[in-house]
Amino acid sequence: MDDVLLARALFGTTMGFHIIFATLGVGIPLMILAAEVLYQRTKDTDYSIMAKRWTKAIAILLGVAIPSGTIAGVQLSLLWPGFMEVVGKVIALPFQIEIFAFLLEALFMSIYVYAYDRLSSSMRILSVSLVALGAVASAVLITNVHAFEGTPTGFRIENGDVVAVDPWAAFFNPGFYVTAGHVALTAYMTGAFAIASIAAFKMIRHRLQQKQFALHQKALLLSLAIGGIFSLASAVNGHGNAQFLHRHQPEKLAAAEGLFVTQSHAPLAIGGIVDRENKQVKYAIELPGALSFLAGNRFDEVVRGLNEFPEENWPPLFIHLLFDSMVGVGILLILLSIIGFSWNKILKREGFPRWMMWGFIASGPLAMLGIEFGWIFACTGRQPWVLYHIMKTADSATKSGNLGILFTLFFGMYVFFAVVTGLVMYFYFRRHPLSSELEQDNLSI
Amino acid sequence: MTDTVIAITLLWIFVFIYAVAASIDFGAGFWSMIYISRPQTEVTNIANRYLSPSWEVTNVFIVLIVVALVSFFPGATYTLGTVLLLPGSLVLLLLMFRSAFMVFSHSLEGFRKLLSIVSGITGLFIPALIIAVLPISQGGFIQTVNGAERLLMRKLFASPSTYTYIAFALGSTLFLSSLLLADYSKVSEKSAAYSIYRKGALAAGPISLLSAILILVAMKFSSPWLYTNLIRHSAWLIASIAAFTVGYITLLIGKPRLSVVSAIVQYLLASYAYGASHMPYIVYPTVTIQSGFTHPETFRALFASYIVGFLILAPGFIYFWRMFMKDRRYLKQQ
Ligand code: HDD
Ligand code: HEM
Ligand code: HEM
Repeated sequence: MDDVLLARALFGTTMGFHIIFATLGVGIPLMILAAEVLYQRTKDTDYSIMAKRWTKAIAILLGVAIPSGTIAGVQLSLLWPGFMEVVGKVIALPFQIEIFAFLLEALFMSIYVYAYDRLSSSMRILSVSLVALGAVASAVLITNVHAFEGTPTGFRIENGDVVAVDPWAAFFNPGFYVTAGHVALTAYMTGAFAIASIAAFKMIRHRLQQKQFALHQKALLLSLAIGGIFSLASAVNGHGNAQFLHRHQPEKLAAAEGLFVTQSHAPLAIGGIVDRENKQVKYAIELPGALSFLAGNRFDEVVRGLNEFPEENWPPLFIHLLFDSMVGVGILLILLSIIGFSWNKILKREGFPRWMMWGFIASGPLAMLGIEFGWIFACTGRQPWVLYHIMKTADSATKSGNLGILFTLFFGMYVFFAVVTGLVMYFYFRRHPLSSELEQDNLSI
Repeated sequence: MTDTVIAITLLWIFVFIYAVAASIDFGAGFWSMIYISRPQTEVTNIANRYLSPSWEVTNVFIVLIVVALVSFFPGATYTLGTVLLLPGSLVLLLLMFRSAFMVFSHSLEGFRKLLSIVSGITGLFIPALIIAVLPISQGGFIQTVNGAERLLMRKLFASPSTYTYIAFALGSTLFLSSLLLADYSKVSEKSAAYSIYRKGALAAGPISLLSAILILVAMKFSSPWLYTNLIRHSAWLIASIAAFTVGYITLLIGKPRLSVVSAIVQYLLASYAYGASHMPYIVYPTVTIQSGFTHPETFRALFASYIVGFLILAPGFIYFWRMFMKDRRYLKQQ
């Protein structure tokens, strides 16, 4: 592999690892906040126990989220010095403001966790709200830089120099709202489904212990409600993302859909394999006119195909599969939460059928896969550009070599920490089972 | 002051805050490891009580420094990013082990010792490696091959001056952390821990001072340009040694709070002298603060966001301080 490819692989691996913990770091604080608020309103101690246990989980996850994020931040400068030079001159603001979001989150996370017993209930809610605010703000701000890569605004490059810089125009680049919105909404849905998975799993395991079962069922319903709302919102907003691509990065949309010929009434290809040689999508289900409708809300909208662009600037064509998988996850999870929630609240059935429980258990990992697919789609779909139509990825990469060994080391380390973090979670919660907390609670009341 | 001078001053302030906070942070992790088998002294407890709420906040400053460097001096980023790829990645690998294992050690009772040992030791390697940025920035270790800058790692780690810096980093880490924790144990009224930390500080202080002097000696040969400039700032260095002496005496007579303040003044004076002598170079002799400077419009927007950001966060910091550094219910728990 050449150095640029290694740099891309290394950075992509780092991000693919960080995003797991980062997404949970955004999504779970919202769940904790919801549980705290429910506890204040209902005085049902089950909610307070949930909040405490989820907080412990987040405290463990942050032990990996923070150093891996630090790695991501420093690696940007180490691997893409050419890109970061432009970032420093033009789009430094979101990075800068993100620091304040990190500080906000770090300060109030410590206050919430280590001063819990000394806080009044309203101070608890305020602290956990500020944690959640800090987390989502950091996600929105970093995504702003990503959006800027897709729609670079607020500067020009003349003879290799960056000129006519307007940092606020760069900050409010056309991709900002829709992209940051999508990242925040999908993080919330993923946090909720992660909780749903665990609650459903525990319900199967503890069918007979009434109190534990009841607590897990409350957690499941809460997460289905929140997950359902946010997965609907993500889909609506994802539609906006697709329309945004149609306007600003047409070759990415074309590759995502395997569309070669510019046309009105363009069909939507679901699944299948994009065939570069014959310029078609093999084995796909085609919905006539649907892509035009998706892109412009009308069937006669003209969608540009890949043939309009020089082939060396095409993104890799496998992103079609990533895009479809992401959308598939979204639709599946919307259905699952609607069915599950209505089953319990509208049909008022006791318990859930077994297939549905396994669906809930799968929902968290599925949502996380959606996040991974979406990001790899977004970043790989931008290739060969690091700054769309301005700077090539290859031109911004480091020239210092030694990347093979670094890739191996970091890759190994991420595998190691993925396993170890899982084990730490498992052993911690096995040593501190819910049953003991429920008992304590009985004694104290 | 020109924009470039404001920018480098801000960067210098962040580096200074991180240097002190990180020394305490990494040092505390080390002490927590060393005394883990002697719980009755509460040395480990005190270190963890300090570390648990603060490590995240300290860590943000690494990111703050990188972001400030990139956004104020993008030109320097290119050179530094390129040459620091290997040592920087090594620091990142160590940091991952250090932070994660430290957090895990509070969650897994069964593996506490093993996890603390890994995080304590990796935590000492980090400052020792980070400080290598200083000799690199003084010139002589970067070579340009086919238009690409490369770090001469062999030469760097064969040079005695590099080791004077490493000794200084280790000495300072142990000195500052034991000093602060001595004060922290005194406020918490843990006398056994206090006397152990006090002894640690009394031992590490002279080591750090001695290695600082060795740095100067080695610099005379390896970076004469910087040495000459530093001698011009020798009043600051002498004042710094005076502050050290005050701190040492106040520690001897059992006033750790005064001693902490003196030590911070000591480092402030010395690092001002170092920083001022280093001007205008960020990386000698190719990158200066002018050549690396960001776009002026960006600088103005950043400067405004710093002021607004720190004003908004100030109450949070104050509340944090009250909760963990002053509240007796937190400090005196068993
Ligand atoms: C649980 C995760 C998840 C789910 C269910 C969806 N997405 Fe998504 N999507 C993401 C997670 C995600 C993401 C990981 O958050 C991305 C990557 C970059 C970004 O901005 O968000 C993303 C990017 C992304 C992009 C690319 C934006 C760009 O490159 O600038 C489009 C067009 C869509 N999404 C569209 C959709 C549609 C139409 C969905 C219908 C249900 C959908 N997404 C569900
Ligand atoms: C957190 C989720 C993310 C994931 C999983 C992810 C994934 C990836 C992957 C797989 C690559 C390699 C692309 C390829 O070569 O095919 C990449 C490249 C890159 N990404 Fe992302 N990314 C994420 C977020 C971001 C964000 C928020 C930014 C902006 C700050 C960003 C900036 C970049 C840059 C600069 C590159 C290298 C240049 C390039 O290949 O275009 N990424 N990312
Ligand atoms: C869109 C994808 C991303 C999301 C949702 C996200 C979110 C998060 C969250 C929630 C945290 C924990 C924050 C804390 O507790 O302080 C975090 C940490 C961090 N992230 Fe990410 N992040 C993303 C991508 C990135 C990228 C591309 C970078 C690098 C430029 C990055 C840099 C960092 C850093 C430096 C930290 C550590 C902050 C600290 O020291 O506290 N993140 N991220």
